[in-house]
Amino acid sequence: MTATVSAPRRAGRPSGGVRRGEAVAGWAFTAPVLVILGIFLLVPVLMALWVSFSDWSGRGSPFSGNVNFVGLDNYAAITAEGGLPTRDFGTALRNNAWYVLLVVPLQTALSLFLAVLVNRAVLRGRGLFRTAFYFPSVTSSVAITVLWLFLFSASGAVNQILGAVGIAGPNWFNDPSGVVHNALGAVGVTDGPAALTGSGFLGLTWWDWLSGPSVAMSAFILMAVFTTSGTFMLLFIAALQNLGGDVDEAAMMDGANAWQRFWRVTLPQLRPTLFTVLTLGLIGCWQVFDQIYTGTQGGPGKTTLTPAYLSYSAAFLDQDWGQGAAIAFILFAIIVILTIFQRWVLRDRPVSKRRARQYELPQKKKEVAR
Amino acid sequence: MTGTSFAKAEIAAAVSRKWEKPTRQRWHTRTLTWQILLYALLVVLALIYISPFLVQISTSLKPDAEAATDAISLIPQTWTVAAYERLFLRSDFPIWFANSAIVTLFVTLGRVFFASLAGYALARLHFRGRGVVFAAVVAVMAVPTVVLLIPKFLVINQLGMYDSYAGMILPLLVDAAGVFIMKNFFESVPVSVEEQARIDGAGTFRLFWSVVLPMARPALITIVILSFQGSWNELSHFIISTQSPELTTLTKGVARLASGQLSQGTQYPLKLAAALIMTIPVAVLFFIFQRRIMNASEGAVKE
Repeated sequence: MTATVSAPRRAGRPSGGVRRGEAVAGWAFTAPVLVILGIFLLVPVLMALWVSFSDWSGRGSPFSGNVNFVGLDNYAAITAEGGLPTRDFGTALRNNAWYVLLVVPLQTALSLFLAVLVNRAVLRGRGLFRTAFYFPSVTSSVAITVLWLFLFSASGAVNQILGAVGIAGPNWFNDPSGVVHNALGAVGVTDGPAALTGSGFLGLTWWDWLSGPSVAMSAFILMAVFTTSGTFMLLFIAALQNLGGDVDEAAMMDGANAWQRFWRVTLPQLRPTLFTVLTLGLIGCWQVFDQIYTGTQGGPGKTTLTPAYLSYSAAFLDQDWGQGAAIAFILFAIIVILTIFQRWVLRDRPVSKRRARQYELPQKKKEVAR
Repeated sequence: MTGTSFAKAEIAAAVSRKWEKPTRQRWHTRTLTWQILLYALLVVLALIYISPFLVQISTSLKPDAEAATDAISLIPQTWTVAAYERLFLRSDFPIWFANSAIVTLFVTLGRVFFASLAGYALARLHFRGRGVVFAAVVAVMAVPTVVLLIPKFLVINQLGMYDSYAGMILPLLVDAAGVFIMKNFFESVPVSVEEQARIDGAGTFRLFWSVVLPMARPALITIVILSFQGSWNELSHFIISTQSPELTTLTKGVARLASGQLSQGTQYPLKLAAALIMTIPVAVLFFIFQRRIMNASEGAVKE
């Protein structure tokens, strides 16, 4: 995104003529946006940064005389001291990490799969199919959560369907057990090795970190995949249409099967879109809030607690504004670092094999002609 | 997006060297089988995506007891609109709806106007600091909204706007993505269009308002859709900017309803009816502009 920033250097150009007054107009036109973004974005972030270093209790102004600078105390309370705030923060991170780990690959793969399916020009009723897949994306997260709470209730539709094929479904939103632990329990492993239970990070043992998303969180994971796959499908469709069908058709006429065409022809060309989808997915997944607020409020057993919801509840419900703000800034840092990391992993290498082959092409063509 | 025809030709050539042509007949039977499998798969997937909403509609028309015992049947044994009656006649639901409508109206108008103004300036007007302004707007897009919950509350509170329409609407009036979309659009408009009007002596605002803005309809519709959907579905901002019942929006009200603070028992028909009504305005907008939303890319590449 930053690549599109253009710095206009027009120092030598004389002002006047038809361009007269443009500077004034330019600033006047952008002023509303700048003022509102400044007041409701820049100033708030700075204020919250101050609050995260203070002992403000929520009463009066955070700048009044009886509010003290406490340094890194708030940050230490949630990361180092090992008390309840640390354990809650660790739990929230653990929950959200599993959420990201499952939702991002699933939604990317599913949306790409759907896009490839409905992108065929010869497909009848493709508009209808696209509409069906995209529709969940236009609904609000609150509405969809209400629906999900019903579908995944103890005697809800999902469990009735599971029951029809002989599976006893769990009481989804009330089940705090982790799915990895459940799977291990099914093969007889109920206690972790001492190496994992003896030590840990952020107040949780490694064994707890590896417990997997809880059954309740799994329902949220399915919901996220259900609602976002349509949006990302549209991004992939857009990219596929920009590719045009000629290359794919050529490969098809030459007998490449669908699988080969997808992996060797289509996917390499989708790299920029893939990056966009992964980044947007990653950013979105670390911000799970609406669903938790509407649905479980962190329960059962804090297994659906997320950093975003914890930040909100610490500040607005427990009146611990410093810790709430500190959590928000750590969350911000996590999102920024992961986005940069992803950008680095998926960066365009200077001379890729793909690029290199472009230059070999003319010679080989001659060979074929000969 | 960056796929050039050169790269395509190269891939086509590479592909043609690798695979041999099948015979015509094998080709036909194989494609037919694939077609059948493809349609079967698509129909199953579409049903999976649509059926939750069908269950929602039918459940909202069932009595409470039936909803709890028979969650899956699409045709209610006893038809009733009790849930809707209760929502509209004996609850705050109409107030929530009105609040959502008010906020959405102002936010959409504001975003369309301010985003097109700023987008035009950033695309066409030459002024010192333009690059910095644009960089700032792009940087803003990168700040996660959830991180801003506490910060926004602090400022709204300090400005004395807590628990007012001003506090609900003003912070949402501008969004960086809209500016970005408008800037991209205005950059694609030929400069010659403006030159004529400029020579005729039109001022910058007049030029913008009567010449360029009317041309921007496709981009404006996009922003209207995004703003409407965004502000109608917004929840977290209203949680932190209001507390009084008369300023509750649909999202906030329905979320409270769902978590059981306002209701006794499960009351699934009531909750699902509320969620359904909340979905209708965005669904209507979606179906009106469906073509635009679904084919946004196709229009964009044509020269």
